[in-house]
Amino acid sequence: MTKWNMVLDVDRCNNCRNCFLSVLDEYAENEHTGYSAPILRKGAHLMEIDTHERGSGQDLDVTYVPVTCNHCDDAPCMKAAEKGAVYKRRDGIVIIDPVKSKGQKQIAKACPFGRVYWNEELQIPQIWTFDAHLLDQGWERPRMADACPTLAIETVKCSDAEMESRAQRENLRTLQPELGTKPRIYYRNLDRIFENFVTGSVLVKSGDTLDIVEGAEVVLRRNERKTIETKTDFFGDFKFTGLSCEPTEIEIEVRHDGKTGSRRMTLARSGRVDPFILEA
Amino acid sequence: MGISKLASKFVSFDMIMFGLHKHLIITRARFPEFARKMAERDLVAQVMIHQEKSGYWFEFRGGKVRLSKGVHERPDVTLGFRDRRTARDLLIPPFDWSEQIHAQKMFRLTMNGRPDDTAWFQRLLIRSTTIGERYGQDRPGGEVRYVNNNNGGPVFVDVKDGRIVRMTPVVLRDDDAKSWTITARGRKFTPPRRAAIASHALCMKSRVYSEDRIMYPMKRVDFDPHGERNAGNRGVSGHERISWDEALAIVAGEIVRCRTQSGPGSIGTLISAHHLWGNVGYHLSAAHRFWNLIGHTYIEHNPESWEGWFWGAMHHWGHSTRAGAGDPYGLVEDCLQNAEMIVFWSSDPEATGGCYAGTEGSIRRQWAKELGIEFVHIDPYFNHTAQVLGGKWIAPRPGTSNALALAIAFVWIDEGLYDRDYVERVTTGFDEWKVHIMGEDGTAPKTPEWAEVECGVEAHVIRALARKWGKSRTYLGAGGWGNSVGSANRQSTGVQWARSMVCLAAMQGMGKAGSNMGNLQFGTPIDYTFYFPGYVEGGISGDLEYTASAVSNYQRMPHLMTVNSVKQRIPRLKLADAILDGRCEGNVMAVDSVTGQFEKHIYPAEGYAPVEMLYRYGSSYTATIGDSNRLIEAFRSPRLKFIVNQSIWKNNETVFADVILPACTNYERWDIGEWANPGALVFHAQSQLNHRVVAMQHKCIEPVGESRSDYEIFFALSKKLGLSDYYSEGMTEYDWVKRVYESSDMPKVMPWRKFLKRGYYVVPPDSEDARVPTAYSWFANEEKKNVPDATPVASEYNTEWLKGLQTQSGRFEFVPETLRRNPPEVDRPAVNTYQRGWEGYWDEERRRKYPLQMIAPHPRYSFHTMGDGTDSFLSEIEDHRVWVDGWPYTKMRIHPEDAEARAIADRALVRVANDRGGLVCAAQVTARIRKGTVHVYESSSLYRSAGEPGKSVDLGGGANQVSSGRMQVRNSHAGAGNSILVEVENWNGKAGFE
Repeated sequence: MTKWNMVLDVDRCNNCRNCFLSVLDEYAENEHTGYSAPILRKGAHLMEIDTHERGSGQDLDVTYVPVTCNHCDDAPCMKAAEKGAVYKRRDGIVIIDPVKSKGQKQIAKACPFGRVYWNEELQIPQIWTFDAHLLDQGWERPRMADACPTLAIETVKCSDAEMESRAQRENLRTLQPELGTKPRIYYRNLDRIFENFVTGSVLVKSGDTLDIVEGAEVVLRRNERKTIETKTDFFGDFKFTGLSCEPTEIEIEVRHDGKTGSRRMTLARSGRVDPFILEA
Repeated sequence: MGISKLASKFVSFDMIMFGLHKHLIITRARFPEFARKMAERDLVAQVMIHQEKSGYWFEFRGGKVRLSKGVHERPDVTLGFRDRRTARDLLIPPFDWSEQIHAQKMFRLTMNGRPDDTAWFQRLLIRSTTIGERYGQDRPGGEVRYVNNNNGGPVFVDVKDGRIVRMTPVVLRDDDAKSWTITARGRKFTPPRRAAIASHALCMKSRVYSEDRIMYPMKRVDFDPHGERNAGNRGVSGHERISWDEALAIVAGEIVRCRTQSGPGSIGTLISAHHLWGNVGYHLSAAHRFWNLIGHTYIEHNPESWEGWFWGAMHHWGHSTRAGAGDPYGLVEDCLQNAEMIVFWSSDPEATGGCYAGTEGSIRRQWAKELGIEFVHIDPYFNHTAQVLGGKWIAPRPGTSNALALAIAFVWIDEGLYDRDYVERVTTGFDEWKVHIMGEDGTAPKTPEWAEVECGVEAHVIRALARKWGKSRTYLGAGGWGNSVGSANRQSTGVQWARSMVCLAAMQGMGKAGSNMGNLQFGTPIDYTFYFPGYVEGGISGDLEYTASAVSNYQRMPHLMTVNSVKQRIPRLKLADAILDGRCEGNVMAVDSVTGQFEKHIYPAEGYAPVEMLYRYGSSYTATIGDSNRLIEAFRSPRLKFIVNQSIWKNNETVFADVILPACTNYERWDIGEWANPGALVFHAQSQLNHRVVAMQHKCIEPVGESRSDYEIFFALSKKLGLSDYYSEGMTEYDWVKRVYESSDMPKVMPWRKFLKRGYYVVPPDSEDARVPTAYSWFANEEKKNVPDATPVASEYNTEWLKGLQTQSGRFEFVPETLRRNPPEVDRPAVNTYQRGWEGYWDEERRRKYPLQMIAPHPRYSFHTMGDGTDSFLSEIEDHRVWVDGWPYTKMRIHPEDAEARAIADRALVRVANDRGGLVCAAQVTARIRKGTVHVYESSSLYRSAGEPGKSVDLGGGANQVSSGRMQVRNSHAGAGNSILVEVENWNGKAGFE
């Protein structure tokens, strides 16, 4: 049995919003009998794109993370539903019955991701249905995948075993796997929002003139963790990524042409250390 | 055509008349729609052979038609032919439009009768030849799939029960043309087989069914064309519903009043730069056709968005027909194969999508990232291209980029990091510029340390950038197109910045492998030879003077020429001066030569009356013209006796109209158009696309409310003015669409009926081993121009035709002769220098009151005003507008330290103001903007005054509330919408901005 999954690559997302608009266009004021009732035109965001800013100044790093119904295999909304108002299709898609779910606000409240929208006017909970009504008509993929210009959205129909091995092989992860809801929406390169980075530059002073040093060796040491090494680039910059989000004691040491400098600090947030200025 | 000509030899006029009669009867029987149409009117239509004073007449009565031989005593309509042969030649389809038009010009074909009757009869005859043509694809669930096109790309439109269900990007099928492949550094890249469209295309359903649609004609409640006009109440007194008959009568009456009292020059026509897509309905098409027939003072466009390139860069490298932008050819392949670095300078193609190209370029920049090409982004705002591609972000102070540019040139000269061979072979003036850069003319040497003081970028960063650039094969992506536009060029220093951009590119051997101007937005390997007309070619306008119709369109689609007899013009940016001061002047946006831009339009022109009526088409100028409160004052001036606004939505200025005519969208009428093909000015703009797509623009639904297509509104007016036969040539929009199709290369590749049904055609690309060469490679190699661009015109090649650039010497001119030849201009000297602009960080006195610089870049989600406001889905995007207390405020981005100093919280409502005006925005506190600078996207389509219009803050968020109306340089028609100083504070709910 093959089931639907989706893989979102956050490295390729620039917040163009074509996916978001496709969902609005498909669901706002449109009735898909048996699948979904019309959503309100304003404020009903069955999907959103969250923004994560890290660092500041020249090292700013912004990540966009599209979020929508995860079509969880162990869905809290399904457990919260009465009268079988929420069910899972054989192809993995979760459907909230627009008739049976009337008045069941607890369905919306049950979602730990906040992706079930409560329609105050119709008094029903609503989700992005993976465009199930279109897939059933023969569409090859949901609309948002067609609308994405950078191929950041990939829909995958395969067996659960295949998806699991692919997730491991390609380092895909879901949102909050610790909740145990087994989402069917996977992310690529999501690590960047859970990690810190540190940057800096190596400069050389000769007389009054400052210049950058390209190719300086830079070492980052952490207690009990592996030492990382890098070199400065053509702007004299170095960057260490993949650091813990917990406050961490670090030491950065730079070496170039027999000259060295080093500094210790507590890294709590992504950011830039003051430049290492070597005397010429 | 051959068969037709042959047939006319054997078929007699009498046989044609009998045949036509039978044809009408059969068509009536077969098609109920046709029967209904025939029953609309009782009349007698005489077909006359003038030389014989004989003929036949058709009597339409009670839905039936009768044919009689002879001459009717009092026919309602007379279709006259000089002789039988003319009648035979013209009446047998398929029609030869060249012959039809020619016969009318020679008075061998005439039409007489009341306009309503002649129009009905002509349309009936033509409909009898097209009825039964089918279009649209049946889909599951009772839906029908149509095709349409937008400024942001082609869409499928699914319709059920007369209502649009969805709009979704065109996805190519297996039987569409194959896609191209680029081989670069051992990898092959092929674009996805679908249209990557823009957000402003994807939101169009919400705009068709919008609360802000104008549903019926309206009149200002206290406007009386025969009594008190109460102009000063515009924007305050409100509007009431009237009938189409009444609305058309007022507008036609005012046109006649103006013409007979003051001459046609007293009618001013005011259009926005862009329009909904389609060659027939475009303003340069239908509107120009109508206005030329009544005569009008054209409120002339400036090279909006191209300012620095048009008034600056053009003098160094030519390209007048491209408004100073560069050639696009071959740039994508060369960049991917050969470039080591791309410098994006005031360039955010991920946000602005070039022009009309949706998000087509995004995938190509992803490929560049995969190939490991280095990226540098120079922009006071951490823009979306920087966000998704990564690389180095350098944030100079707004308006100081030329200091940075000169310092880069200094390092290159100082360290020998430029292409001396190229500079010596194909350029002039370098040594003279060099003297200035190095400070050998008594000015300060333009060192990185010197530049740091101006632009706020550390000297060692400037040096590092210059060295890397000087040692790497680099694409300079200046402006959103890579070789044009960009916020830095819409600045008081925009002219000098754009000039330096092309000079830097020339110093690095522009045209050599991997060294050029571009950012992967323009220059895909498509077929450039397939002809389909772009909108600048004037569509059905017949306007040979102001559109590019004469180049190809007029010959390919013969139609009646139209001439605007009024030579008076008003420079668009000076409109408020023209009305309020009664006079103004501005430089001409000449495109056939470089020197044409020195000519000035002076208003009022000698012999003409001042403008007293405005025919406003669309309504978004307060969003795009500096010092917009002054414009609002002009709209409320009694010097304007009448303003009619023909518009789809209630936009910025609709409220200032005396009569409002509701137009419909392109989904509610017929049209045809190729994606991203404007034709001239942005010639070969389709090179931004991964696939060329020609789209049938099906009429998907009936017009919403009482709205009508622009073409039909002008047709209705032309009937009142006795111009309808000339205006329409008897055609409906559908018939014109067919004529546009016939004029293009489409009939060679896809028959009409197939194209009509299927809705689009994909033009196959060039084969991989026979693609057009890279732009400027011919120049670098001192060969003749070998890219498919017919411009510059022959007389602009000064050495030899096709040899060299469009400069006096034919070489790239570091010090342009066209600027040297004229009296020296203080603000645009021949030797390009860094001059501090006006209204920037330099202006210490003004900064005491207004300490923050503000930039107002072209917006990301809307296309200028298109897609903004108007109850659009775009208002749901947090990065576009933010809902606070039921109103969608535009966003102002402010640095955390600037916000903290003013106690401004994220999402708080703030007043952004100076002495010109103010706007209320929702704050976004973010490190993405340089400290000391705030960022508001220009082009709000909403104007909502908190108090008296023109004297209060704008809740719509129009950035030009606070910008200056001043020109960048004296000899120009160039706005500077990014030169703004403001103060920002939490909004206290008050209306004032002082």
